[in-house]
Amino acid sequence: MTVEQVLFLITGAVTLIAAVMVVTSPRLVHAGLWLIMALAGMAVLFVLLENGFLAVVQVAIYIDAIAILIIITVMLTRAVMRETEPQMNRLWVLAGLGASMLFAGLMAIALQLGATAPASLAAVLEPEAGLELLGRSLVDVDAFILPFEVASVLLVAALIGAIVVAMVPRGGASAQDGR
Amino acid sequence: MVDLFSGIDQFLKDLLIGLGLQPAFVAVLLKFAAAAVLGTISVSLAIVLIWVERKLVARIQDRLGPNRVGPFGLLQTIADALKLLTKEVLIPDGADRIVFRLAPLLVVASVVAVWAVMPLAPGLIGSDVNVGLLYVISIGAVGTLGVMLAGMSSNNKYALLGAFRTVAQMVSYAVPMILSLLVPTLLAGSMGMAAIVEAQGQFPFLLLAPLAALIFLISSIAEVGRGPFDLLEAESEIVAGYHIEYSGMTFGMFFVGEFVHAFTISALTAVIFLGGWQGPGAQAYPLLGLLYFVLKTSVVYFIVIWVRGTFPRIRIDQMNAFNWKFITPLALVVLMVTAVVDKLAVGGGFTRLAFHLSANGIIVLLTLVALRVYARATRQAQQPAEEIPSPVQQPEAAGG
Repeated sequence: MTVEQVLFLITGAVTLIAAVMVVTSPRLVHAGLWLIMALAGMAVLFVLLENGFLAVVQVAIYIDAIAILIIITVMLTRAVMRETEPQMNRLWVLAGLGASMLFAGLMAIALQLGATAPASLAAVLEPEAGLELLGRSLVDVDAFILPFEVASVLLVAALIGAIVVAMVPRGGASAQDGR
Repeated sequence: MVDLFSGIDQFLKDLLIGLGLQPAFVAVLLKFAAAAVLGTISVSLAIVLIWVERKLVARIQDRLGPNRVGPFGLLQTIADALKLLTKEVLIPDGADRIVFRLAPLLVVASVVAVWAVMPLAPGLIGSDVNVGLLYVISIGAVGTLGVMLAGMSSNNKYALLGAFRTVAQMVSYAVPMILSLLVPTLLAGSMGMAAIVEAQGQFPFLLLAPLAALIFLISSIAEVGRGPFDLLEAESEIVAGYHIEYSGMTFGMFFVGEFVHAFTISALTAVIFLGGWQGPGAQAYPLLGLLYFVLKTSVVYFIVIWVRGTFPRIRIDQMNAFNWKFITPLALVVLMVTAVVDKLAVGGGFTRLAFHLSANGIIVLLTLVALRVYARATRQAQQPAEEIPSPVQQPEAAGG
């Protein structure tokens, strides 16, 4: 048992337990926090694969943007924080059966892939060269520059849309939300 | 010296391998031990930092500061810590107990985690990630999360209001902070902290990008929530904001976290813009590099305290306007101009320095002209309103 295997097992166990707690927590805020732990576990898995860039990007995108957005949304709708409805409805047996079949299928595919993978994955991937290739391909005319620019236009449109939706109408904010 | 630290490393490795553990386990164990040491030192620094701040702010305000407990009040922080440790930790009635206790831990953890990528001396860095700056920014957002959770779980309207304002401020000022951090990335060609320090061998980036340094310092002070931006804990306005319900050591963690955060951003400014451990003789004697790093960080920390003691607190609408209408466009302009000028100035050394300094100077001049025009336009728009006679009688004749 090498150290990497032990660390991988610990990280995997923590991520799986956090993922289970996300869907079974009665309170949304707790579910959001367990989600953060699951995403942080995935970032640690990226570090174990010797790719620090993807780990930091995982933290920056998922934890800093998506998880904080979820918690802010829960924070702004106070009534949701207190509800503790029952977590399961009547169809939980069928849902569990479907999830188990999906899991079995994924495991079958993954085990077949594992038989042909090289012994040391980290040596093959070479993250440094991959990172430079990624950077160059984002601005290369033959590669991905057009989707890159279109994505930035899309982001600007989303920003403007958000400002328009949240804007106070001209002429006074009288009858807006009464907080 | 690096020889000193690798000597300690080798000694511990031999000791643990001699005890029968495998070498790979020993390496991981030593990494955890190093992380523990780094975390402990960075939090224990708060004892000195709080004393320094209280003395300096007191002198700025023409008084003495703590001078009773110990010589020159040096033991004051220890007395404060003892008081906080022995106070009862009250959890309000409807509060979410787990989240209430978790929030201060997240805030302090996000600050301590930044020290993992700080280059303290040539060769002495916790973990040389090649995206160190991105890591610093992402971990800072975990602190925002902690503050949000603190305000949310307190079951208190003022805490919730304080948390809203805090999140608005921290998220808003993260934008110019990130934009200004892209400038040293351009100049150094890498986001890794060790690479940024090594690229400042000739000139510190303060000379190459003074505007970016200023924007970074201002937005970092706003991120920490101190200095003129401490409306988040304005005692006279919203009664301490998001940590209103925290008592005892839970409040102590917020307190310590804020001071260590201020020191951490001073260290970041020193590393990114002042050259970190660069200095005469630092390559040969790494301990000298450590000394330079501490000196530069102390200078920036002094400036941060100086700013805190000098400026009055700003309002939330002024803070938002300052950020979105002034600092963010300025940071964008600086970034674009620096990118263009860096491609034009193909020579190294003094040519590059002259190009960048003149570009920054032009931006400053244009900004001042724009501000003057805007101020004149605003004053002229207010002129007709001032000529309307006020309905209240001026009690000039009644006064002395």
